[in-house]
Amino acid sequence: MSLHSKEPSGPVNEKWESHKFDMKLVNPANKRKVDVIVVGTGLAGASAAASLAELGYNVKSFCIHESPRRAHSIAAQGGINAAKNYPNDGDSVHRLFYDTVKGGDFRARESNVHRLAENSVKIIDQCVAQGVPFAREYGGYLANRSFGGAQVSRTFYARGQTGQQLLIGAYGALMKEVDKGGVTLFTHREMLDIVVIDGKARGIVVRNLRTGKIESHSAHAVVLATGGYGNVFYLSTNAKACNVTAAWRAHKKGAYFANPCYTQIHPTCIPVKGDFQSKLTLMSESLRNDGRVWVPKKKGDKRRPSAIPEEDRDYYLERKYPSFGNLVPRDMASRNAKEQSDEGKGVTETGLAVYLDFKEAIERLGKDAIKARYGNLFDMYFQITDSDPYKEPMVIYPAVHYTMGGLWVDYNLMSNLPGLHVLGEANFSDHGSNRLGASALMQGLSDGYFVIPNTIGHYFAGTPGALDDVSTDHPEFKKTEDEALARINKLLAVNGTRTVDDFHRELGNLMWDKCGMARNKEGLEFALKRIPELRKEFWSNVKVAGDNEDYNQSLEKAGRVADFMEFAEVMVKDALEREESCGGHFREEHQTEEGEAKRDDENFSHVSAWEFTGVDSAPILHKEALEFVDVPPSERNYK
Amino acid sequence: MAKDKIINVTLKVWRQKNAESKGHFETYDAKDVNVNMSFLEMLDVVNEDLILAGKSPIAFDHDCREGICGTCGAMVNGYAHGPDKAVTLCQVHMRSFKNGETIVIEPFRAKAFPVIKDLAVDRRSMDRIIAKGGYISVKTGNAPDAHATPVQKKASDLAMDAAACVGCGACVAACPNASASLFVGAKVSHMGLLPQGQPERKQRVQNMVWQMDSEGFGNCSNAYQCEAACPKEISVDNIARMNRDINRCGN
Ligand SMILES: Cc1cc2nc3c(=O)[nH]c(=O)nc-3n(C[C@H](O)[C@H](O)[C@H](O)COP(=O)(O)OP(=O)(O)OC[C@H]3O[C@@H](n4cnc5c(N)ncnc54)[C@H](O)[C@@H]3O)c2cc1C
Ligand code: FES
Repeated sequence: MSLHSKEPSGPVNEKWESHKFDMKLVNPANKRKVDVIVVGTGLAGASAAASLAELGYNVKSFCIHESPRRAHSIAAQGGINAAKNYPNDGDSVHRLFYDTVKGGDFRARESNVHRLAENSVKIIDQCVAQGVPFAREYGGYLANRSFGGAQVSRTFYARGQTGQQLLIGAYGALMKEVDKGGVTLFTHREMLDIVVIDGKARGIVVRNLRTGKIESHSAHAVVLATGGYGNVFYLSTNAKACNVTAAWRAHKKGAYFANPCYTQIHPTCIPVKGDFQSKLTLMSESLRNDGRVWVPKKKGDKRRPSAIPEEDRDYYLERKYPSFGNLVPRDMASRNAKEQSDEGKGVTETGLAVYLDFKEAIERLGKDAIKARYGNLFDMYFQITDSDPYKEPMVIYPAVHYTMGGLWVDYNLMSNLPGLHVLGEANFSDHGSNRLGASALMQGLSDGYFVIPNTIGHYFAGTPGALDDVSTDHPEFKKTEDEALARINKLLAVNGTRTVDDFHRELGNLMWDKCGMARNKEGLEFALKRIPELRKEFWSNVKVAGDNEDYNQSLEKAGRVADFMEFAEVMVKDALEREESCGGHFREEHQTEEGEAKRDDENFSHVSAWEFTGVDSAPILHKEALEFVDVPPSERNYK
Repeated sequence: MAKDKIINVTLKVWRQKNAESKGHFETYDAKDVNVNMSFLEMLDVVNEDLILAGKSPIAFDHDCREGICGTCGAMVNGYAHGPDKAVTLCQVHMRSFKNGETIVIEPFRAKAFPVIKDLAVDRRSMDRIIAKGGYISVKTGNAPDAHATPVQKKASDLAMDAAACVGCGACVAACPNASASLFVGAKVSHMGLLPQGQPERKQRVQNMVWQMDSEGFGNCSNAYQCEAACPKEISVDNIARMNRDINRCGN
């Protein structure tokens, strides 16, 4: 199958406008007869479901949570970018486009990124109209702050809970349509498979998490907005239910998985404290606006931070990158923290931590100002660590946070499987090999509010057979249900001696060690050998409690971990195949003398999209060449 | 490292197979608990042991484990979300408990929150209340420029205070009447304090309150337990605002 991005021609800043005009439309009266399944109710899924229903489509919305409002998007703290240029500091659509392409280390599609920057402006308008209580200044106008990888202030925020406020906006829009009958809501349902009929995505098979019942749902198109796969590492800042299951099952039915090795390690998280650790907590990147990152100059300096005088401290980010300082992009901030720790300068007993210090900011601005900006983050930090960041510097360390890779989609956000559209973190589209802070919320809402409502109609109106009748009576549904149930029964039947979490932890450790912040050939090859062994052991020795016809959280986890066990392999394979360093993918063999990532544009300026061929068989690599016309590739310089 | 403190506690946990069955308490020993564990991590460890022993693990809901998704929640020693102030259950750490202590853990109890299993309850009644008007009806694409309507900072801050509600249901569980007035009041205030929320203000409060009543939530009798239990410290002032709006509708 050929990989065609279907990018429109013409100048980058005109592509989306002209494409919107060129796309085919579905007559309003006909939309009522068209069913669309949207899986996921995070920012991407909720905004898509609501907007599609407003257009008149018949939407069925699914999520694993008991309520759509609990999607993982709710946890986003720091903010959302938009090229509004309200502060008059030189921002523009072009600059946001430029920063995102560069921040992604020249591994994203220019046309998609430009569209994202264009839509960013409308997102803020939409959210304000919905009543999202963004921070405001005394004059009553919106406030902004800066985030890593940018020299302008373009981030809008709602205290430390921007994600929750944006999600409440999208969830409100969704519930409005539920009330009107345009959306039928199916909560506590986990998608276990996609149903493909005559080469098109025509429905899904889900498990009702309350009752265990396996159900079929048909539609004329399926939209996946099921989030990222960061939990393959077990420990991450993602919510516990985040999974690769929906995306992976779609992959097994033919959808290509793009750039799975692009994962983002966030520099400012609370370090691991013990074996019992169940997840990691992010301390928003916005803290780097006022916090200064440092380590002791001397190795093994075990003095308390307050006992270390200025001259014995190394503010290494400010030293190495004078113009961006503490606000370098995430991948660089993370790698530098690791480097300091590897050199023996890390702090705390584990040596795997650095300081994030607010002393100078508190002196400069006063405690109240810092409290107003970061109060809830400081409280959260105190609650977890029992240490007061107003008095002692925070200790932080990088942790897995976001996944830039995902299902491959074309410019219309459709995967190579006709009818299957993928939005939000679940697709690979806009962030290249490194996402800038405050850009995931922007992408999710751009995809859901402004892209898919336009492009899905083009699929319906422009694809022969797309609007043919569909029904769950088709034998393919029954077959898919039987397969899903067989897999569940197989999991329950193993009855071994190790719990699901135990396996998940082992897989996570392996991935963090060999395919985490820094990767090399030897480690990746080791992982490639080890993963299938671990997977085999899982299927012969896992112990899953209870039975299927029940609210069975042990079984839910088992299904997800089983998928991570398969997915991990293609992730490592992708990391091995990509013989260069770019963004979040750092191959130790490919670095500059100063230890920065060294890209190889000649050989790797492409998207790697993998085709599934079987669980124990090698996937096939397809490449989509990337072209840079408006932002010519350069070495990413933040000095 | 200064050795982490280790404690032993006894858990009395409510076990209930599903909404139809009768529940009962069961007792478990949680031994060698590191006080730096979160409460839910302690339950994870207990569950791992139960699973390996071939028993049914304790069902409890959770997701973000950082106090924002509103999924977790249980009554711990009689308090919604446990003894600490202004946190959700996932943020409670074992350092809040004493060595040798017995900890009683029950689900949030309310007629409108049927038990799904053990500590997990069904709070979709709150979604149905929101569906009746907990939003501003603006379709995608209709919005004017965000700066077209300035909003007084004070109103915006108050709206944000109200909007901080995570929808966990602790207010309902803590209320002697199982009222959802704080939850509804917070949403009514969030919208009502903003200029964007004015056109639908009357019908919003009427429809949401009507839905709250029909879901079987009780009435507010000003016990203010809701505010004390709220992990986001949502103020009962929001209930007063809701009541004012209802009165303005002139029933
Ligand atoms: C702690 C934290 C802080 C962050 N802060 C920021 C920030 O400040 N700014 C920013 O831009 N980004 C931030 N991000 C990233 C951002 O929050 C996410 O990338 C984004 O919200 C993802 O949205 P989504 O809609 O794609 O998916 P999600 O919000 O993850 O939603 C996934 C949905 O899919 C459903 N689902 C999943 N699997 C299945 C299945 N198998 N069957 C059925 N349903 C399923 C879930 O129930 C859920 O509804 C942060 C991320 C984290 C972890
Ligand atoms: S698990 Fe999300 S609030 Fe507790």
